[in-house]
Amino acid sequence: MEYISLFVKSIFVDNMIFAYFLGMCSYLAVSKNVKTAAGLGVAVIFVLLVTLPINYLLNKYVLAPDALIKGVDLSFLSFIIFIAVIAAIVQIVEMVVEKFSPSLYSALGIFLPLIAVNCAILGGSLFMQQKDFANVGESAVYALGSGIGWFLAIVSLAAIREKMAYSKVPAPLKGLGITFITVGLMAIAMMTFMGISL
Amino acid sequence: MDAKLKETILNPIFKGNPITVLVLGICSSLAVTVTLKGALVMALSVIVVCGISSLILSLLRNTIPSRVRIIVQLVVVAMMVILVDQVLKSFEATYAIDKQLSVYIGLIITNCIVMGRIEAFALGNKPWPSFLDGVANGAGYGMILIIVAFFRELLGSGTLFGVDILNWLGYVPNNLVILPPFALILLGCIVWVQRSIQKDLQEK
Repeated sequence: MEYISLFVKSIFVDNMIFAYFLGMCSYLAVSKNVKTAAGLGVAVIFVLLVTLPINYLLNKYVLAPDALIKGVDLSFLSFIIFIAVIAAIVQIVEMVVEKFSPSLYSALGIFLPLIAVNCAILGGSLFMQQKDFANVGESAVYALGSGIGWFLAIVSLAAIREKMAYSKVPAPLKGLGITFITVGLMAIAMMTFMGISL
Repeated sequence: MDAKLKETILNPIFKGNPITVLVLGICSSLAVTVTLKGALVMALSVIVVCGISSLILSLLRNTIPSRVRIIVQLVVVAMMVILVDQVLKSFEATYAIDKQLSVYIGLIITNCIVMGRIEAFALGNKPWPSFLDGVANGAGYGMILIIVAFFRELLGSGTLFGVDILNWLGYVPNNLVILPPFALILLGCIVWVQRSIQKDLQEK
């Protein structure tokens, strides 16, 4: 039961985009059409799902105070370890996908390497560290939920932007300006879920 | 100071602002703009990280093989961010810095501005201009952060830096402004104003 509530919560209440603005750069840059947006979304879900449990174990058994050696607190190293794990995993995933599924590889294309510097991935690990999950399962569920939340956010923005191409927007607001405001309004709509406790 | 160096400094602040023109580094920025203090701390951290890591990588530019440059960049940036984070942690109690800021300080590593400037400028230029370029881009980013935070704190809490400005006049704080979505709408308005003035930036 706890897993389900954590899952729903990380999709809607703690949405990566609308509640924390994580992964905003690629979110705004790659949301011009639904197809590429969905590709990036799937890649984000996948990488989050792989890196978060690994970082969870590293955090619990290596970085946390007293974990590795009694009396040694390595938590100041967490940023560099997390980013190294993410960069390495992205590289490995890229090679594996290229080898075993060339069609998926060409569909994901440039997005895979870009994900290494997507704030949503590192942010997921940092929030996981702050949230103090009880076991690996919880961190994996959190990763899956956050990834799906990010996926839904980027696909819905891309759909809106595709339609918006036909509307008459004031010239200085065109493109970036109206996109910011649209995301703001979408985020207000998502606030409906705030405060729901499951 | 010659004209080119001046251009290096002024361009990122107005005409090529990293947030409103290049759309870089929005991720870690908007959540820290609820109060002016948080925005100021974040802005200073980004200026320090961006400036010094540009300087270091510019000094190393001839020795890094281009195939492993991304990893080297990440390591240098991560090291700078850890230093900044440790400094902030030691002041946390004295100046009551928000604890959640730590997550966003960590996210400076993946802030596209830092990596972007290193890739685009520091790896091809001498150390001194690279340092200035890093600092100027950090400042351009910080400026937007502080503008957004100014409006959000003033309208959302009626205070500036925690000092009461509007409340004693009978102003009722607008809670919508505190909520995350308003930062995006405010940023949209800043883009609107900037593009009305600089018409060449408008998208077709």
